[in-house]
Amino acid sequence: MNKVLLIAEHDGRHLNPATAKTVSCAAALGDVEITIAVFGRDLAAVGAEAAALAGATRVQLFDDAGFAPPLAAVLAPAIAAQAPQYTHVFAPSTTFGKDLLPRVAALLDVPAVSDIMAVESPRRFRRPIYAGNAILTVEVADAPMVVGTVRTASFDAAPATGSAAVEAMGVSAPAVAHSRVVSQAEAQQGRPDLQTARRVVSGGRALGSAEKFQLVQQLADVLGAAVGASRAAVDAGFASSDLQVGQTGKIIAPELYIALGFSGASQHLTGIKDARTIVAINKDGEAPIFESADIGLVGDIFELVPQLQAALQSRASR
Amino acid sequence: MKRILVGIKRVVDYNVRIRVKPDNTGVVTDGVKLSINPFDEIALEEALRLKERGAADEVVVVSIGPADVQAQLRTALAMGADRALLVATDAPVEPLDAAKLLLKLVEREQPFLVLLGKQAIDDDNNQTGQMLAALWDRPQATFASKVEIAGDALRVTREVDAGLETVEVDLPAVVTTDLRLNEPRYVKLPEIIKAKKKPLETLDPAALGVAPRERVKALRYEAPAVRSRGVRVKDVAELVAQLESRGLI
Ligand SMILES: Cc1cc2nc3c(=O)[nH]c(=O)nc-3n(C[C@H](O)[C@H](O)[C@H](O)COP(=O)(O)OP(=O)(O)OC[C@H]3O[C@@H](n4cnc5c(N)ncnc54)[C@H](O)[C@@H]3O)c2cc1C
Repeated sequence: MNKVLLIAEHDGRHLNPATAKTVSCAAALGDVEITIAVFGRDLAAVGAEAAALAGATRVQLFDDAGFAPPLAAVLAPAIAAQAPQYTHVFAPSTTFGKDLLPRVAALLDVPAVSDIMAVESPRRFRRPIYAGNAILTVEVADAPMVVGTVRTASFDAAPATGSAAVEAMGVSAPAVAHSRVVSQAEAQQGRPDLQTARRVVSGGRALGSAEKFQLVQQLADVLGAAVGASRAAVDAGFASSDLQVGQTGKIIAPELYIALGFSGASQHLTGIKDARTIVAINKDGEAPIFESADIGLVGDIFELVPQLQAALQSRASR
Repeated sequence: MKRILVGIKRVVDYNVRIRVKPDNTGVVTDGVKLSINPFDEIALEEALRLKERGAADEVVVVSIGPADVQAQLRTALAMGADRALLVATDAPVEPLDAAKLLLKLVEREQPFLVLLGKQAIDDDNNQTGQMLAALWDRPQATFASKVEIAGDALRVTREVDAGLETVEVDLPAVVTTDLRLNEPRYVKLPEIIKAKKKPLETLDPAALGVAPRERVKALRYEAPAVRSRGVRVKDVAELVAQLESRGLI
């Protein structure tokens, strides 16, 4: 039997949707018992959300002020102490999971598998390499257990139809004085979250300035969509870093992705491989983005996007 | 001596179009341009800036790889590193063993800061820095977009999914770099000539007491699935019609 220790990600109030997708990856191992470990402070609400995830066997709450806000240097030894009872330790391949799990693996003297996109067997996985330009099948051959991060865009969220038991663990956080969180990132309010949105409107270098990037935001507002950006747009200061999509940004899987003024670099495309429908608007008909677009429109975004916005608005008011 | 250790990995240049070998045993690297991993270049640039600001006395670059990785180390020396270490091995080295080798060098060189790229753009693992910090039992500040010295500590702005987070870590520490930390300098010709005289020491992994082994087997490389051919629409009206017919609006 596979026994998975799955590290939940949350912001203190709600479970991050990446956790439900990680549960689906764990379930794909087959013949599995899934323990969701939640680290933090005042965990009743988050714990209840975790317990509702179908497929979870139990939820364990590690409630201690030392675990909030989460620091890899504090969580890793606590997770490593639990790990020997399990065959697998999984976390989402978000910045939280990527920061944490390699530290856990090293403490256990085992390798880590990053960005699991498919489970072939309990020790055999597929993962993207070279910015998604190749897919590698790996086998964890020489290690007592599997430690891995899950590429959440590859998995559907486990539904909230379960009712796992919740246990308070009474484990206190290891004393770590060398690392301190000075300020945490504030999740942007009022706009759908990029990683979970069904629709995303994204802007590339072509937008030209932070002011003109509002074109992207306005179209997103009409569609109730999240906003994304290319590295070029973020580097140039048109958009904030949390909006970057791609190899080194976010990996997303919306139903609709509208790419405005992107060339289609592979480092960007790897972030949207799992988007159901990709729409591209670019004035250069030869731009590589059109090779990956389901619907392509050649033309100037500064003319076409206002037209598209108007068309969508008039349709909505019909 | 206030020393910074910087990791340099050689990778297929980011501009190369990656092709999987027909027999699925790897990607084509013969005759392909090889470069310093872009994140490592950023790590080196940051180390050089810290030295230029007087926060460090020496910048040591280290690479783990085949003997001809010397070429990338020479480039790093030309950028401004003071000396280079090459842990020579032809076998692929997994992140855990890379971290173990780096730890040996950390023990030898006693740096106050280790700067590594957050990931290498070949394996995209994003593990080595975190593993080194664990084995060294020191703080880690990953995905850094700003690094400031604050006395005996380091204040690091990190790019995380929700935005920017600031952490303070006591030194010594491991920092891994994100793209927006800095823009690496270009190497000038006179520097390349000067770099030929800078010290480059070659080390044997066995002599460092680490025997890299294959814990994770690479079984099969495949090209990614290609998207089926899309349609071109001629105007916004057609685009809206397409979106409607697919139930997307
Ligand atoms: C290590 C590394 C990691 C990277 N990680 C990422 C990543 O995570 N995400 C990412 O996005 N990139 C990443 N990149 C960068 C990537 O290689 C590209 O440089 C970047 O994606 C290009 O962004 P872009 O398409 O917005 O800009 P460009 O490549 O400059 O393309 C702009 C496009 O806009 C079109 N255009 C211009 N004006 C108009 C107009 N008025 N109307 C319509 N079209 C117009 C042009 O025809 C052009 O095709 C990474 C690069 C490296 C080296």
